[in-house]
Amino acid sequence: MLIFHIIEILPQLFPDPLGPFTSFAHDLFENLSYYFPIHFTHPKGEDLNIKRDDLARALMLAFSSTPLFEPFAIPLLLEKLSSSLPSAKVDSLRYLSDCTVKYGADRMAKHGEALWSSLKDAVFTSLDSVLSFTPETLEGLCLPENEIAAEALSLLQKLIVQNTNLFLDLIVVDEDINMIFNMISSYKSYHGIPAQSKQRLHAVVCILSTSVKASTASCNRVFECFFSRLMDILGLCVRNSSGNLSPDDSIMIPERYNHGALYLSIELLSACRDLIASSETIIAASARTEETWSYLLQSFLPSLTKAFCSASICTSEDSHDADMYFGVKGLLILATFPEGYLLISKPVFEKILTTFVSIVTVDYSNTLLWKLALKALVQIGSFIEKCHESEKEPSYLGLVVEKIVSLSSLGDFSIPFPLRLEALSEIGTSGKSYMLKVVEGLEEAIYANLSEVYVHGSSNSAEIVTQVLKCYSDKVIPWIHCANGFEEVPLQFAIHIWNQIENSMVFNATQTNKIEVLDAMMKAMKLAVASCSQENQNIIAQKSYHILSSSTSFPLKELFQQESFQIVQVDNSSSRDEWILSLFAAVVIAVHPETYVPNIKPLLYLFMTTLLKGNVAAAQALGSVVNKLGLKSAGVQTDCTLEEVMDIILNLSLWIFQSNSSSDIEAKMASAHDISLINLCSSIGSCTSLQIHAIVGLAWIGKGLLMRGHEKVKDITMIFLQCLQPNGRAEILHQEEGISENNNELDLHHSVMKRAADAFQILMGDSEVCLNRGFHAVIRPLYKQRFFSTMMPILQSLIMKSEPLSRSLLLRASAHIIIDTPLIVVLSDAKKIIPMVLDGLSALSNDILDKDVIYGLLLVLSGILMDKNGQDAVSDSAHTITNRLIELIQYPHMMLVRETAIQCLVAVSGLSHARIYPMRTQVLRAIAKALDDPKRAVRQEAVRCRQAWASIASRSLHI
Amino acid sequence: MTLGLINANPVVHAKKERVARSEDPHGEDAVDPLEIYDFVRDIRDPEHPYSLEQLSVLSEESVTVDEKLGRILITFTPTIQHCSMATVIGLCLRVKLKECFPPHFKVDIKVAPGSHADEESVNKQLNDKERVAAALENPNLRQLVDECLYSNEL
Repeated sequence: MLIFHIIEILPQLFPDPLGPFTSFAHDLFENLSYYFPIHFTHPKGEDLNIKRDDLARALMLAFSSTPLFEPFAIPLLLEKLSSSLPSAKVDSLRYLSDCTVKYGADRMAKHGEALWSSLKDAVFTSLDSVLSFTPETLEGLCLPENEIAAEALSLLQKLIVQNTNLFLDLIVVDEDINMIFNMISSYKSYHGIPAQSKQRLHAVVCILSTSVKASTASCNRVFECFFSRLMDILGLCVRNSSGNLSPDDSIMIPERYNHGALYLSIELLSACRDLIASSETIIAASARTEETWSYLLQSFLPSLTKAFCSASICTSEDSHDADMYFGVKGLLILATFPEGYLLISKPVFEKILTTFVSIVTVDYSNTLLWKLALKALVQIGSFIEKCHESEKEPSYLGLVVEKIVSLSSLGDFSIPFPLRLEALSEIGTSGKSYMLKVVEGLEEAIYANLSEVYVHGSSNSAEIVTQVLKCYSDKVIPWIHCANGFEEVPLQFAIHIWNQIENSMVFNATQTNKIEVLDAMMKAMKLAVASCSQENQNIIAQKSYHILSSSTSFPLKELFQQESFQIVQVDNSSSRDEWILSLFAAVVIAVHPETYVPNIKPLLYLFMTTLLKGNVAAAQALGSVVNKLGLKSAGVQTDCTLEEVMDIILNLSLWIFQSNSSSDIEAKMASAHDISLINLCSSIGSCTSLQIHAIVGLAWIGKGLLMRGHEKVKDITMIFLQCLQPNGRAEILHQEEGISENNNELDLHHSVMKRAADAFQILMGDSEVCLNRGFHAVIRPLYKQRFFSTMMPILQSLIMKSEPLSRSLLLRASAHIIIDTPLIVVLSDAKKIIPMVLDGLSALSNDILDKDVIYGLLLVLSGILMDKNGQDAVSDSAHTITNRLIELIQYPHMMLVRETAIQCLVAVSGLSHARIYPMRTQVLRAIAKALDDPKRAVRQEAVRCRQAWASIASRSLHI
Repeated sequence: MTLGLINANPVVHAKKERVARSEDPHGEDAVDPLEIYDFVRDIRDPEHPYSLEQLSVLSEESVTVDEKLGRILITFTPTIQHCSMATVIGLCLRVKLKECFPPHFKVDIKVAPGSHADEESVNKQLNDKERVAAALENPNLRQLVDECLYSNEL
């Protein structure tokens, strides 16, 4: 490496060309040349921290350090270029391009011919022949992914820039290229061309477009030589005037265009466009019109446009992907020529746009063409936006955006609705002004259909509005979030929705379609509110609270005045009230912590009553409230502190039971008027669903607390734990015996207990619906770790002394915690956790509903087994682990469980020999059964596992 | 007893692309020829560092399977007519399939008709349980087979 550097510096020390260095150049280079190509043998991680790339670069600099090396270097590099080693090829191409720049034109000219022929070979052989017609490649310029080809083309570009005449002469007279031109004229369809010729065609395209891109002069030259030939092949004739389109019909249009020629001309055009775009600032536009290529282009333009149009819309049966692809791409390129070149007049541009729009609106059955056209429209739109093409913008707005937006409100179902929405949102993303239009259209559709739903309960509109809302929240709001200056849009949207619901006093939404619409609305509302600024959120919160308090039957005022913690059961709430409340919950879920939510206390009561009726959104809203309330840094005045809120929640007495008019319960509950939510959870009644709702509610509240790191979460988890233990229940059970002799008593309990265990999943899991970063939740770092380390010892000790029934539930709870804790934390505690994981696996493996829990536990186990420290920790319990895994190999409910179990067994086979050898026959026998598994993936894993276990003993397998 | 290579200059073919299968979450995946072929295509030739696929001893079409009856039939084509390695290749196939499939499959291994000078006796030898078992007890032969199955020289 040092030597390379020295040589690089040497010429700078002896600048005198007649000096001693000249005479040594040959010897010096001879020595250098032995190093090329760098053959790097050091394996990774040796003491020298030199990489192959560094060495190669140093050598390259040494090679190109002085023009004096030229007579020796170039032949050597060319020779290496023809070697078969890919890395040598890439290297020599890189070296060559470096040398080209350093040595100067005169010296390189000597090698011109040799360079060209070897470059041509490199490009021809290294390109692949497959040309894809997917919409994604529409704008991409088909740049070769192959490294060799890419290097070769960049070298070619450098050479052409340096010495345009020489190399273009070579290209023009080259017989291979001419042969390709002859070849394409003989094939009509792209698919008719044999693969090898396709490859060559592709190579020619690359070479030609590179040379077009190199400079204006080369561009002229290429167009002069090839373009008219292409046009001849296409059968297009020269027209003198460039603008008027009227006599189009007189042009004879052949049935099918020659694909090869189309392809070539499109690529030439796009290269030409790129050239203009890059050099735009340098030369004035007016000077350009005199250039040869533009003259040529002008003369062919009308017929070319016509050809592309007909290619893209020709729908005959034998039309092919290639037709559409080339047609659309050609039109796109024509339309995106920068303004000021007068290449494309306004009528032509508009004609192109109408072609695309008509494809989008009519030809939706042809998926590929539809996608291509839409994509092309989007690209034209973003091109206009980017280049500030003032002239074209009105026509784009008028023709495309208006037309597409009108799709959203169109009543007839000529186009499937999802497709319309896709078109809308895609067009919208192409520019700000278009997005505004699109948003307007979408919102109009939403409002119109919503009022239909409100008033008539029409299921048709409900379906539409659900889809539009989904589109709004999936596509529009994220886009608004990224772009600046659209603060107002979500605000207006939210306010409008609230206004609308306020004004619609008649409410006839039917039960069936209501839920979907409400879900979609809540999602859109949440996202819209979340993307608002804090002030705007304040406005929305005020507005919604006003509506909630004024136009519903919820007794908010009375609640506010009541000092006693009592809630009157609101039984007569209509579905409209519920609707409003859910929307309000959505607002509460999504606001910033600093946003002021009025009158927290009565809202709390309201939410709590509704959550007991099974409204999860209310529970989530409560969780959000406790999560965000009373941040010290915020300095916003609130009605009450967090402590007060918690007191209210936990000690709230509920008179709710009186309306649950079963005499049994009333009798029971009469004695317990002031039963609190806590007691409710652990108390027993035949109102299991009520208990379940209470537990779910508590779980969300607990999650809110847990995420901000509040200590009250302990109280809540203790409630859950009590639910899981029989001891806490025993006394109550005792009292209960007199009242109800229901046989299914135990079952009911079981479902409640199970829900309590699942509450831990809510506590630990990441939720998409609320309490996440998007909805501005307060998240304390490492809260999961903290919870894990406090809970695990407690659970462990509880499991030790528990009865079978609650034991399995406790295991379930701990399984939830383990699954959702980051693996690295579990690893540090692996020794203690493993028994619980294993017990959990065996306890839960009977019920089909628990398969996801099982899978989660198995993933944790495999994580432990893969880790170095984890392996040390588990080696003591290898025997138990293996037994458990062998049981799971036959797990009938989920393929992934079987597969992962077998993978875990493979990992076990890596433990210390002494530990696992005794289990060998047992494992092999179990695996043999898995070879017969119905799923292929499992069978393959089984073969691998069998191999691993068989080879730990047999003598013959030591290879 | 090395007499030099039996076929010193085999024709090497390109490896075919592996097809990634689309997983069907429901329903059972039946054993099909491609699955079997995927197991055996990478077995190394006893005398060259190429896989059986590369030497085109095997192809996907040469495998047939009947899931219901539990039968697998593999027909392979030795590179030359009087290849004495044909039996070793057959033995490798048999061992590999025994490892990869449950024992209720009956495996038949044959040389393609007309591809070997001594076709009948080779077929008989390959499908004779006793002779296969005896061959596998021969340490030299066993080592050769294991090398073919597990080597990473390809």
